Amino acid sequence: MIAILFILMAAVSLTGIINRTRAKLSGRKGIRFWQHLFQVRLLLRKGTVYGTTAGWMFRLAPLVYLRAGFSAALFIPLGGYPALFHFEGDVVVFACLMALARFFLILGALDTGSSFEGMGAACEALYGALVEPVFFFIFGTLAMMTGYTSFSSMFAALSAGTPETVIVTLLLAYVIIKLIQVECGRIPIDDPRTHLELTMVHEVMILDYSEFDLALIHMGSWLKMGVLATLAGGVIASTIPYKGMTLLLIFILTALIGIFIGAVESIKARNRLNKNATAVVTTASLALFAFLLVYIISLNITLD
Amino acid sequence: MNWYVTPHTRSRVALDKLPVLPYARFHREAAELLENDRFHCAHYFGTPDRQGITIYCIQLNDESAKAWIYSWQYGYYAHEEYPSLSAIHPAPHPFERAITEQFGVKFKDHPYDKPLRFAHDRWNRRAGLKEYSFYQIDSPALHQVNVGPIHAGIIEPGAFRFICNGEIILHMEVVLGFQHRGIERLFGATSNWLRQAALSEIIAGDSALSHAWAYAAVIEKLTGKAAPDRLERERTMAQELERIAMHIGDLSGLCTDIGYQLGQVACEALRTISINTIQSWYGNRFGKSLIRPGGTYYPLESAAGTRIADHLKEIRRRLTEVCEDLFSTPSVLGRFEECGKVSRAQMMKIGAVGLAARASGVPRDIRQSHPYGAFDGFEAVILDTGDVMARARMRYLEALQSIERILHLLRDNDSQELPHPDYTTPLPPDFLCFALVEGWRGEICHADLTDARGILAHYRVKDPSLHNWYALSLAVREAEISDFPVNNKSFNLSYCGHDL
Repeated sequence: MIAILFILMAAVSLTGIINRTRAKLSGRKGIRFWQHLFQVRLLLRKGTVYGTTAGWMFRLAPLVYLRAGFSAALFIPLGGYPALFHFEGDVVVFACLMALARFFLILGALDTGSSFEGMGAACEALYGALVEPVFFFIFGTLAMMTGYTSFSSMFAALSAGTPETVIVTLLLAYVIIKLIQVECGRIPIDDPRTHLELTMVHEVMILDYSEFDLALIHMGSWLKMGVLATLAGGVIASTIPYKGMTLLLIFILTALIGIFIGAVESIKARNRLNKNATAVVTTASLALFAFLLVYIISLNITLD
Repeated sequence: MNWYVTPHTRSRVALDKLPVLPYARFHREAAELLENDRFHCAHYFGTPDRQGITIYCIQLNDESAKAWIYSWQYGYYAHEEYPSLSAIHPAPHPFERAITEQFGVKFKDHPYDKPLRFAHDRWNRRAGLKEYSFYQIDSPALHQVNVGPIHAGIIEPGAFRFICNGEIILHMEVVLGFQHRGIERLFGATSNWLRQAALSEIIAGDSALSHAWAYAAVIEKLTGKAAPDRLERERTMAQELERIAMHIGDLSGLCTDIGYQLGQVACEALRTISINTIQSWYGNRFGKSLIRPGGTYYPLESAAGTRIADHLKEIRRRLTEVCEDLFSTPSVLGRFEECGKVSRAQMMKIGAVGLAARASGVPRDIRQSHPYGAFDGFEAVILDTGDVMARARMRYLEALQSIERILHLLRDNDSQELPHPDYTTPLPPDFLCFALVEGWRGEICHADLTDARGILAHYRVKDPSLHNWYALSLAVREAEISDFPVNNKSFNLSYCGHDL
């Protein structure tokens, strides 16, 4: 229960942290920390307008997107605190739910019949396909290190062991942060602030959504970021041998991840769109590297 | 004599001295000059009178600071065939399209026979973008993407139609002409010079000073009263300030389009300082009502001069810092370099001018080839790669160059008394006059004709965007469609300057 509360909190505040970081680094006053919540509250009060070419899939997509994101969040533990639901193999269920959310968003975008949204959906599908191996390499590695395939038992069993495992775990945490940049459409993969349809990926897919539906999608995206950041925070926290105050530690780490993402957005230009696939594959190869490293360590080869 | 040659500084020609050629001869002569790399076409426009339409062509020689003017006539009942110049050399295509559109003169074999300032058939008011005959390529593998004419945000209307293979652009067609402000006709509709001067400032709001100067120069040349040296110097400073502000603003826009926040905010701040510098001179940030024919109400006082110098030194320091960072950040270079290349040959062919042409190695700069104001001994910056990087670097280098020039000019403190603007001197009847100014986008040419009573009868404006929109189309060929916005920003062409 603590876990899901924490994730919800992370979900609503990470956007604020990123916004504040960007504003501070650019020397601006910036918007209020909770501005995005006010905006969504405003959107929720409104009705929805649908395009004439959009069908039922377009209307269904935001609901599925938010719902799948929320269900996925239920499987995420908070360091040692177990998730609301956990069973062996829930890692795969989690991945399926994330894929389901993406799948429906893509279908919803295609349903509008707009050429922009079609192009955005094509990019999203490509990144989705490339980013899936990253996810499985990360949690495959953790499963191999701990011997469990459930998030809750995995994190319970993770502990600061030998220096080798610490290094691998930190590498995995880095890859998860990269994963957040891809999944949540942040710079350098996608620019959430651009107004240029031709360069958008995630934003263009939700271009036709308005008011209530748009609010659902925003909340779904926050949840996604909250979930992934909590996972990354948990992974980093496990490398620290001091076992008291895990909650506070993960809290700080998650906030630091938000600051990191915001800082990258301030000092880096986004990739050229056709370089994005390469960037995601590079991330995947890092994850694969960690996977092989653990595999070799687990073989216990000793050199004479 | 087939043409009338005049130095651009005395570009006032009595109409009866201008030779009128038969079209066949005009066509041969003009085509010959267009093929010559040292010449380019500054203006080519028609004016109606009782007998028919007289069409004037002004070609510039970039080496000798002279202009070649010739004309031909089109009778209202003529049924001659007029072979198109653009079929031989594409540079004058927008001019020929404008003549066709305004007077119904049909050019044979015109390669781009489409309306210029009307996005549809001008004679059918119900027609719209749906009826526009976009170029098509028939293939199931290709798809079309339409952007505009109404865009997100507050930019002006213009439609872009992309033919794409996947995400690679094969061709982009630009359709402009949604504004119909009738600027040229408004000039003829009033004989009040103050109104005309104010009109010239709104031809393109971001080049207010440059267009206002072109107008003032036209009037001064017609009346034969040259502006005093001090006035010319101050106008030069004002125009260079405009250039600095716009170039830095564009650098900021380029950073926005690639999501590089650091460069964006730093350049935005510098742009604000630049336009505030103009404001600190006399109260308007965009230089409106500073340049008027014959004089000024706002001579530069020495206190304002010192302030400008201080601001400029600060801008120079910060701009150098920002641009050194900008042009050495790998993620920025990854976006700018090798993006949207236009070769020198292409630029020559389409008759591109200004900053975009110079970034591709075409040495066209009115400040250098036909010096005016206080631009003696000016040497233009020329780069040769022709990509977004070159156009971005051009902006940085030109801004620095302009800062140097203003600081240099400020050293000359001349307390010569400046006259007030002159709105009343009568104009000589039946004259053609033109003025050339290098705005921050490129060469601006204003031409006008006075009628028998000495009233300004026809006014013809050419903004550099008229030539350069086609360069944008060439730049994005074979490019990724998501790179279009950054390419577009690297040219930053004017919609209203084109639409008039």
